Amino acid sequence: MIKIKSSEITSKEEYLSRRDFLKTAGIVTAGAALLAACGAEEEIPATPATSNLPAEEVATDLTQELTAKESVLNYNNYYEFTTDKERVAKLAEDFVFSPWTVEVSGLVNKPQTFGIEDLLSKFTIEERIYRMRCVEAWSMVIPWNGFTLASLLNEVEPTSDAKFVRFETLADPDQMPGLINKLYPWPYQEGLRLDEAMNDLTLLSTGLYGESLAGQNGAPIRLVVPWKYGFKSIKSIVKIELTAEQPSTFWEGIAPNEYGFYANVNPAVDHPRWSQATERRISELKRRETLYLNGYADEVAHLYEGMDPNNLY
Amino acid sequence: MNKKKWKFTPLQIAAHLGSLIPLALMLWDIANGNLGIDPIRNFTLRTGKTALVLLLLSLACTPVNTLFKFKQVLKLRRPFGVYSFLYASIHFAIFIGLDYAFSWALIQDALLEKRYAIVGLITGLILLALAITSTIGWQRRLKKNWKKLHKLAYLSGLLAVIHYIWLVKQGVLDPWYFAAILLILLSLRLPAIKKAIASLRAKKMQKTAR
Repeated sequence: MIKIKSSEITSKEEYLSRRDFLKTAGIVTAGAALLAACGAEEEIPATPATSNLPAEEVATDLTQELTAKESVLNYNNYYEFTTDKERVAKLAEDFVFSPWTVEVSGLVNKPQTFGIEDLLSKFTIEERIYRMRCVEAWSMVIPWNGFTLASLLNEVEPTSDAKFVRFETLADPDQMPGLINKLYPWPYQEGLRLDEAMNDLTLLSTGLYGESLAGQNGAPIRLVVPWKYGFKSIKSIVKIELTAEQPSTFWEGIAPNEYGFYANVNPAVDHPRWSQATERRISELKRRETLYLNGYADEVAHLYEGMDPNNLY
Repeated sequence: MNKKKWKFTPLQIAAHLGSLIPLALMLWDIANGNLGIDPIRNFTLRTGKTALVLLLLSLACTPVNTLFKFKQVLKLRRPFGVYSFLYASIHFAIFIGLDYAFSWALIQDALLEKRYAIVGLITGLILLALAITSTIGWQRRLKKNWKKLHKLAYLSGLLAVIHYIWLVKQGVLDPWYFAAILLILLSLRLPAIKKAIASLRAKKMQKTAR
């Protein structure tokens, strides 16, 4: 078990103060752009904001709710290593992710295989603070670093036939002891509809808390789709493929009635075995009410117009 | 000291102490701030698993006696069962009082409408009934019915394992280890298997007699 050390609190505070400095220097692009667009103050409010804040200010509000870095680093669902959340970090300690390439192929005009360094130099790394809601009804708030998936997809130019994006995680039995569990259909795979993939919220993350991703968090590159349950945010991506058909996904293959393709966060649609109405925010005692689309309805609700939310689990 | 008044065998003392060790470890962790990253989940799981282990130990006593003719263990059925109830009670109290902070609307949604929780609740109620009637007084009062009532221990074991299986994602193996142990323990109570064990033992005895 991990003891909550005082150093951890310092690291979060340090992070916040560093972030303040960067902000005044105008370096935190995403945050600044978002805030500029909303015409909000750049200062972090002195008191924790309440839920009656206008939706635009929620982005600012989240800096007050950041989950401690130690928790983000030591509480992970990464079944390629182990199903024990608090042991993933230890088992991923020696995970080697250099060299690393991401193959982008399928229905694109310019299929390419990118080295991870190419990606890091090609795209502007932004910071995005997102809620992360696990399908198991716990949640965190994480400051990610990365670039939009859209910017990568624009680079390879999806053809007009491309309707979906399929992602695949590395499956290396020498490095990932959890692969021994043959009940799972390895490799892990995930998918998004192309318009979901192109949405500005959808991030390819290469770091968190201003540092490169650790193995347990999906190094060196992972997806972050903040309005969907955490299992959609696939880790350690080696392959991105544009397809015409809806790709099958890892959890859908195991229990299609429980973990669907869409996996949109929705407090009104329960998991067949447990309630999704509330969540436990890591480090908070009291349960929070789960927000529709994890609080990102303004940005993404239009993607699902005319669709029955009951089918979007 | 009068030896006759000392009713406990070393095995019984070990069982009592052993059953209290998980509680002591939890209190130690709380005192030292070793709460884990999700303390409520951590202690819910720990109390639940301990309750299940003790319930299985209680159910293991009879088969152990069948297999090894080790009568002493029969005296451990009661303490293991009562301690299992103790941990199940803490487990339930954390769920209601800490996790859901006595918010009845949420509890109704989370507890009464979800099958894993309903099964857990039924398991708890059975353990409660068995713990209350575990005394010699109740044993006398209920006479023949006592044995019938306490056969529910098998059911509570099954329900506890189902409760655990329904709680985790598919492919997570932890509850299945408990399921396997429970199945072995229950199968050792099947008349056919008991007979086979008895005849095996008889043969062995004959051999050693020769």
